[in-house]
Amino acid sequence: MANIVIDAELCKSCEFCCDACPQKIIRVGESNNAKGYRFVEQFNSEKCTACRLCAIMCPEAAIEVYK
Amino acid sequence: MEKKFMKGNEAIAEAAIRAGCRFFAGYPITPQSEIPEYLSWRLPEVGGVFVQGESEIASISMVHGAAAAGVRAMTSSSSPGMSLKAEGISTLAGARLPAVIVDVARSGAGSGQILPGQNQYNVATKAPGHGGFKVIALAPSTVQEAVDLTYKAFDYADRDRNPVIVLADGVIGGMMEAVTLPEYKTEMPDKSDWVLDGCKGREIRVNSSYVHDVAMLEKQQIDSAAMYERWQLEDAQSESYLVDDAEIVIAAYGISARAAKSAIRELRKEGVKIGLVRPITVSPFPFAAFDALDYKRVRHILCVEMCIPALMVEDVRCAVARRTEISTFGRGGGFVISPDQIVDAVRMLSGEGRK
Amino acid sequence: MEKIYGKPGSLQPTGNTFCPGCLHGTALKLVAEVIDKLELREKTFGVLPIGCSTLSMFYNNYDMITSAHGRAPAVATGYKRCRPDNFVFTYQGDGDLAAIGLAEIMHCANRGENISAIFANNGIYGMTGGQMAPTTLVGQKATTCKSGREASQVGYPMRMAEMISTLQAPVYVARFALNTPANVLKARAGIEKAFRNQVEGKGYSFVELLTNCPTNWGVSAGESLKWIAEKTIPYFPLGEFRNN
Repeated sequence: MANIVIDAELCKSCEFCCDACPQKIIRVGESNNAKGYRFVEQFNSEKCTACRLCAIMCPEAAIEVYK
Repeated sequence: MEKKFMKGNEAIAEAAIRAGCRFFAGYPITPQSEIPEYLSWRLPEVGGVFVQGESEIASISMVHGAAAAGVRAMTSSSSPGMSLKAEGISTLAGARLPAVIVDVARSGAGSGQILPGQNQYNVATKAPGHGGFKVIALAPSTVQEAVDLTYKAFDYADRDRNPVIVLADGVIGGMMEAVTLPEYKTEMPDKSDWVLDGCKGREIRVNSSYVHDVAMLEKQQIDSAAMYERWQLEDAQSESYLVDDAEIVIAAYGISARAAKSAIRELRKEGVKIGLVRPITVSPFPFAAFDALDYKRVRHILCVEMCIPALMVEDVRCAVARRTEISTFGRGGGFVISPDQIVDAVRMLSGEGRK
Repeated sequence: MEKIYGKPGSLQPTGNTFCPGCLHGTALKLVAEVIDKLELREKTFGVLPIGCSTLSMFYNNYDMITSAHGRAPAVATGYKRCRPDNFVFTYQGDGDLAAIGLAEIMHCANRGENISAIFANNGIYGMTGGQMAPTTLVGQKATTCKSGREASQVGYPMRMAEMISTLQAPVYVARFALNTPANVLKARAGIEKAFRNQVEGKGYSFVELLTNCPTNWGVSAGESLKWIAEKTIPYFPLGEFRNN
């Protein structure tokens, strides 16, 4: 089962991953990280296909993809 | 040791080769174009690299890269080109990188004249670039001295991890004299603790004149200031010629000092008690040589410079600290001072005494 | 489960302090990925410019130097000529490369130095607060052209990839954009070509990357990617102008 791990502390909430995800399963979350950014979260990991587009777009290299 | 009849510019270039210089980048400008011309064929002979840069700024920037690579690197120019190099020299100082910069000075501001001048004194000794850093500046007055000081410049640069200026002028650069060339230096200083050679087996190194941490930049400046103080104590060099019984002392450097010595020999024949203090390091300025004068005897110091207004006189005033009268004699425009002119200037002084 | 994508070893594990959505982060990530893939990290000498990306001295994980503004190609030349076995790349923004450094980039390319050049073109000066750049679009507003760039006053944006491709020596000249995943992957492939060329001793490679500046463009990160698609790419066509 594919999945991603988002480093919340590196996220700046730019939402590139949200826009890039073909399954639309990443969204801006509810909590802030230590820098005050509302970091993103994947909310339906079962639909993840490990396409890596989120990680490819992330300027912070904050996303790891597992397959 | 090899003895050759050489033009100053070429002798400086050969001295650099003997000192282990293996990278040169430079741009043509009168009166020093022979330096890049000579090195364009000589450096490949010793496995070194020559690049004709697209400008003086590009050239000093190439030296910046070569210095980071751990190679003894040099550039050369004349007065207008030194202005262009200023940011690069400052960058080297801020980044703690060694390099040798040869300034074969010419006359005037802007394009000025292609003929010689000593108008670069302030640039070499006070502000070769922005930011308040200092460099050791070496001022030869013979072609042999140009060889010896260029050879030594690389050692100072590596010791201090700082740029060093060889302050010549168009006369030294253009004249031909017999020189004894030094032996090829074979043992180079160990730079392995700082050279940027790729991070294999160690932490990464970042070389930057931009210092993000303000406290760290202040510390760097404090350390540099301490280094400049050490120079003053350990590296200041000068020649004092016939000063022991002198009543008049000429202060001059470079080609002016050469002419002054001839004038002094002439005047001594007439019984004038006259001598010379000749800074060899114009930075650090040899204050001790002026402290060593007997001010009960010395009634006048004549500062002779090939620039108008006189520039070194301000350091001489500082060194003399009002212990005697000081005046200046100079030529500008590109005129080379002759011994006769200095003799005449001294004759105009005699009899004046203390005011 | 196997990790199939993660932060490259040639980036520090700590994050960068670029603005949210700044494509410098993406560009430097791609550089790091290629350095990792070609196993170049221990030989790398990265030549940084003056600009926002100067701060990447804290994010990249290889030897680096900061050059004076515009002079990176000259610094790279001096270093590479002395250490030809090291891997040398320059990374410059549009002020550094196309304004103050125009002579250096053209002559480094013209000499065919065996280095790899990356050009992050975002059409504005970021670090100094949003002034006009040589690549600012006609009509685009900046702090030194508040009503928008007027061609009759200051001419047109410079197409650096095209200009460099008129020189004989360069072996690879290309332009990519970083606004979509597909473009990002193409950019990475182009950077890999450029870096391989150097490793194989083939000569000079130049890769222009169309990037963004949400802060000084005055748009959100997402809007800046649309800007690249709708405004930047039509003026700065993507593609490989030379591929020897």
